[in-house]
Amino acid sequence: MDRRSILKAGAGTLAVLSTRPALAVVGSMAELGFSEIPDGALAEQLLHALPGKVPLIKKSYRPPNYETPVAYLRKAITPNNAFFVRWHLAAIPQVGLKDWTLAVGGESTERELKLTMDSLRQDFKPAQVTAVCQCSGNRRGLFEPHVTGVEWGVGAMGNAVWRGARLRDVLQKAGVKSDALEVVFDGADHGAIDKTPDFVKSIPADVAMDENTLIAYEMNGAPLPHWNGFPARIIVPGWTGTYWVKSVTSIKAVAKPEKGFWMSAAYRLPRGRFKTPSYKSQVTEANEPITTMVVNSLITSVKNGERVPRGKPLEIRGVAWDGGAGIAKVEVSTNGSDWTPAKLGKDLGRFSFREFAHSVPTRETGALVIMARATSTSGETQVNELIHNPAGYHHNVIQRLYVEIV
Amino acid sequence: MRAFAVVLALAAGTAGAQEEKVQLKDAPGRDKAMQCLACHSLDYIQMNSRFLDKAGWTTSVNKMINAFGAPIAKEDVDAIATYLAENYGKPAK
Repeated sequence: MDRRSILKAGAGTLAVLSTRPALAVVGSMAELGFSEIPDGALAEQLLHALPGKVPLIKKSYRPPNYETPVAYLRKAITPNNAFFVRWHLAAIPQVGLKDWTLAVGGESTERELKLTMDSLRQDFKPAQVTAVCQCSGNRRGLFEPHVTGVEWGVGAMGNAVWRGARLRDVLQKAGVKSDALEVVFDGADHGAIDKTPDFVKSIPADVAMDENTLIAYEMNGAPLPHWNGFPARIIVPGWTGTYWVKSVTSIKAVAKPEKGFWMSAAYRLPRGRFKTPSYKSQVTEANEPITTMVVNSLITSVKNGERVPRGKPLEIRGVAWDGGAGIAKVEVSTNGSDWTPAKLGKDLGRFSFREFAHSVPTRETGALVIMARATSTSGETQVNELIHNPAGYHHNVIQRLYVEIV
Repeated sequence: MRAFAVVLALAAGTAGAQEEKVQLKDAPGRDKAMQCLACHSLDYIQMNSRFLDKAGWTTSVNKMINAFGAPIAKEDVDAIATYLAENYGKPAK
């Protein structure tokens, strides 16, 4: 089997890839054994460094949306300077520590607080969690048929050690009342024009009071980069990135559901299509908000169409994650029916990336399919076929890479 | 239009130099499509090509107006959607 027919075997869209000069392709998903992102997106994107960042895959300049290249996702912890960037609104102030305050209050608290960074650091016992931050729309570009939005490949995600104050400690200091239904966050960003709805998000009160939900001021032992929400962002381990409000300036405990555009219209899934938990106070007849991440994995050590010398074992490595149950196993297959457990890397906690590794023998020449399938401790596993939904969320289709043993 | 000018000035001071490299195809309707710059860089258009037909692009433009408050006149919607469908739309089979 020649290289061209192997590429064709990978996915129908690969015919497009094989006619392109290899060096011009930045962030091709066909290279990873997935269906390709829209051709306009593939042609437009390029590597570009924002201040303080390494070159990332630029999806859009304004607002800035930048994807982490696969090379930085090979280890369980994603470096701050390679961590993906995702903003909805174009006006993103450079927040200075002296000017920044965090207002805490709302109708379901006894009193209002105005916290400085010093008080956030000194008045509350620091807590730490290693957790994946993944955009709800990560892999949206891989949807077939395509859906509109930021046409992400696989890199709208990262894993970091987050350190900060527990949100519940801060809410308790404000005297949170028993009628609190949701906790609402606003950040320093806003739209380019006044009419654009401000990016305001809420989480259920019980999630806000979870010991793992943080107001983080450190990421991997350093201050948060501007692009990732300096000086503080909300960390909701297990939940998709949309709730992890960056450069947070206001926290309100409320007794009624938050009705703004970003809760009532955006980030919604058709009701009951996924097994993830329901955000009960926000469910409507038609749809419900996205909540926790679905179980997923990414093979990072092999490229589709790669030629591998016969006889030398092929190392399959990658990362797996889910919505907080933790990874129970990752299995690798070279035929789609027989699955062998991979060796799991160090356990950094149930919200973290979990590295995996497996060695595949290469006894015969010819094409070989490589697949990995993660399963969580709650028994959820990756899907064979895409569960399509209008906004392009929760893509966790099993990756299929083809290599050629020569 | 005032907002348009303000945003261009803002963009020039930040990611503007890079952003200005993104050009829309020269074709009838381009001027009206340039109004998209009021809120976002033009690469959003290329990124969402080529898979929408005219109805799809019309839905997108209307979402920008109705959900995000884009300062685009209703009578421009058809011209913008036509331009986007012809230049960034689903290829005819």
